[in-house]
Amino acid sequence: MANGQTDTLGRIGERVSALGDWVNARFPADKMWKEHASEYYAPKNFNFWYYFGVLSLVVLVLQIVTGIVLAMNYKPSAAEAFASVEYIMRDVPWGWLIRYMHAAGASFFFIVVYLHMFRGLMYGSYRKPRELIWIIGMLIYVALMAEAFMGYLLPWGQMSYWGAQVIVSLFGAIPFIGEGLSEWIRGDYFISDITLNRFFSFHVIAVPLVLLGLVAMHILALHEVGSNNPDGVDIKKHKDANGKPLDGIAFHPYYTVKDLVGIAGFAIIFSAVVFFAPEFFGLFLEHANFEPADPLKTPEHIAPVWYFTPFYAILRAVPDKLAGVVIMGLAIVVMFLLPWLDRSPVRSIRYKGWIFKTALAIFVISFIALGYLGLQPATTLFVWLARLFSLLYFAFFLLMPFYSKWDTPKPVPDRVTHHG
Amino acid sequence: MADESVIDDEKADEGRRHFLALATGVVGAVGVAAVATPFVSYFRPSARAKALGAAVEVDISKLEPGAMISVEWRGKPIFIVNRTEEAIEQLQAVEDQLADPESEKEQQPDFAANRYRSLRPGVFVAIGSCTHLGCAPKYRPEVAPADLGPDWAGGFFCPCHGSKFDLAGRVYAGVPANLNLAVPPYRFLSDTTLIIGENTEAA
Amino acid sequence: MAKRILIAALLLMPVQVMAAAGGSGFMLHAGNDVGNKASLQRGARNYVNYCLGCHSLQYVRYNQVAKDLGIAESDLEDTLMWTAEKPQEVIEIAMPDGDAARWFGRTPPDLSLTSRSRGTDWIYSYLKAFYVDPTTMFGYNNLVLENAAMPHVLWSLEGDKAAIFEDTVDQDGVSHTEFKGFEQLTEGKLSEAEYDEFVIDLVNFLDYVGEPVQLQRQSLGIKVIAYLLVFLLLAMALKKEFWKDVD
Repeated sequence: MANGQTDTLGRIGERVSALGDWVNARFPADKMWKEHASEYYAPKNFNFWYYFGVLSLVVLVLQIVTGIVLAMNYKPSAAEAFASVEYIMRDVPWGWLIRYMHAAGASFFFIVVYLHMFRGLMYGSYRKPRELIWIIGMLIYVALMAEAFMGYLLPWGQMSYWGAQVIVSLFGAIPFIGEGLSEWIRGDYFISDITLNRFFSFHVIAVPLVLLGLVAMHILALHEVGSNNPDGVDIKKHKDANGKPLDGIAFHPYYTVKDLVGIAGFAIIFSAVVFFAPEFFGLFLEHANFEPADPLKTPEHIAPVWYFTPFYAILRAVPDKLAGVVIMGLAIVVMFLLPWLDRSPVRSIRYKGWIFKTALAIFVISFIALGYLGLQPATTLFVWLARLFSLLYFAFFLLMPFYSKWDTPKPVPDRVTHHG
Repeated sequence: MADESVIDDEKADEGRRHFLALATGVVGAVGVAAVATPFVSYFRPSARAKALGAAVEVDISKLEPGAMISVEWRGKPIFIVNRTEEAIEQLQAVEDQLADPESEKEQQPDFAANRYRSLRPGVFVAIGSCTHLGCAPKYRPEVAPADLGPDWAGGFFCPCHGSKFDLAGRVYAGVPANLNLAVPPYRFLSDTTLIIGENTEAA
Repeated sequence: MAKRILIAALLLMPVQVMAAAGGSGFMLHAGNDVGNKASLQRGARNYVNYCLGCHSLQYVRYNQVAKDLGIAESDLEDTLMWTAEKPQEVIEIAMPDGDAARWFGRTPPDLSLTSRSRGTDWIYSYLKAFYVDPTTMFGYNNLVLENAAMPHVLWSLEGDKAAIFEDTVDQDGVSHTEFKGFEQLTEGKLSEAEYDEFVIDLVNFLDYVGEPVQLQRQSLGIKVIAYLLVFLLLAMALKKEFWKDVD
């Protein structure tokens, strides 16, 4: 009996492995698994900051899944959009949960992406040979901003409407073609049903496709050159007889189980927001957005959602429309250049000198301060503060070629430091 | 993969490792199933759909003997026929030609599992959707019309594929459809008012 | 508790101000408790009796309210359902749109989401900020929403109040009109405390109506987080076990 069972199991096992061979002869399933998981060797000294890459991926999947089902009940028309969101919130079974997940997910996407980018800044993950990973990452960031901006119009509340109004007007600042361009984007003389309908199309299909493609490229580029680490040392310098880096461990199972911990931790924080503070005190879902869009009545105070406010503050700090738009654009462009601005002989902040550390601290403070100022009304004091922090923001990047060279780095160890 | 020798040395840990992997997998699967529940429920009819699909009241005081009216309930035509005495008598006569004269198949609430397939013999209520492929059958109460031939005793005729039903919606044998017309839940609010979509029991 | 921690964390973050009040800065704290079913039931009744004449709740269904507030559906018809025939219907007003616009100068807004757009404090303050002002069309003005198109519907309950203003001149020589307080002119049917409770119940009901699911959301959240903590512990143990290989 027991023998018979073993035989049956054995036969099933043979069949399964035969099917596997059949597939692998036609599709590189095994090969891909090895390349990207079981034989992708990542440095063993990843720390807390290395969770935010996988978390970005998790949030991307979350947004796609919740987005697909939301689109089944959402109506992309000016007459019905607002009511259809309330319909999802009240009439559709569990619609409220899925909508809150999607709305909070948007904010969390930026939280994890900002932390992921900060990780790169700290450990010099943008340095040679990872310049392209950084550039693709920046493209993801820009696509994400487009995705978030167009998604924010869809609930068709007052903030949706006037936020879109302001941002589309920015394009009007471009000389000669500006007015025509904003009209072309809107497809109308004001933000209207037509604009909403095309933003919906971009939001649900065009930009997500671009995002997915960029994310695949981001990961492929990473796996081509290998992951950086908190020490910024190259683990490929020391390999064992089989060619496996001595300081590298297989992504699967070591980092898959570790990422599980990060994902669980993230899920707890995410659930706390979704279930206990879905509006997050007006930061994730703004109060004025619970009022339907009214093209004839501007709310008293318009601010973009928090993740855009650093750039919004820079825009308002400049007392000229065109210059403001250009400088705001440059604030993003300058981030692309980072791989060539950093001239330090070391990658990681662990071995950089006090100058770089101070510069990074000032940058972080400036970015957060700008984010705060962008949420506040533009009073004289706040505008001057925004000017100061904008200056510091740009100084961090533009002076980097100089101060990163003056800095006195510490000696870099030969192997990664890890206390198992 | 991990160093082979290390795993050999700590063989005792293999059991624990498998147990933890299994436990995490099972608990994780429960979590995934729990997350899937709202997504599956999301596809069920919403409160609005339920409101729109609520029971409808029909006034049949103006329904002449032999006439039929059609009302909409949950997006389907509901046929209401005021059957004449002759029509009621006819029901017994055709029974040997029917596929399911006793209404044994679940196509009606219990109260309609009889010859008349209705609460009251005089009023017949059915969903006007052919049990073959969902076309709307035509109400043809006349006996032996030219197009349907001399054997036609009055009933419902589906023009799509020629399925035939008697005046109680019972399907004839040997036609494409093989089930009787479905009878929706309904009850009488008064002698002349019907409510469709609510069973007698719900009163 | 979790909410407290979040609030504490938030003190460190920029918080946007809710829709600003009128020039007077008059703003009270509602402090209503959306978990109080009795208060919600009274609030629903108050709403139907005093507000539903003009203000719809177009996204809210009678049977949902009945279910959430613990009212038997069979009681709905006698207590709340004056503008609808079926309990599945949404809460509409009886008055045609055009009439309202003619009488008040504008269509009275739907109140389904007022507690979320303006906040409960705003509604509470607004309902306590009516004062006698013979210069307006209906004889009342409002501190929170100046020249509100809405008459003081609850005057028979609250009685009439006058607002006391004082003109002051600041150091720059600019004169301001400052609100100093109310003076009760006539007694209403309710005492001050009773009126306050009446308004709180109403605000409470509107708070619920703004987001009906809030009654269930938090208790579900506790279960979800409890599950996730178990999963986190397991994942940590699993990670630790595997990472024994890594030296």
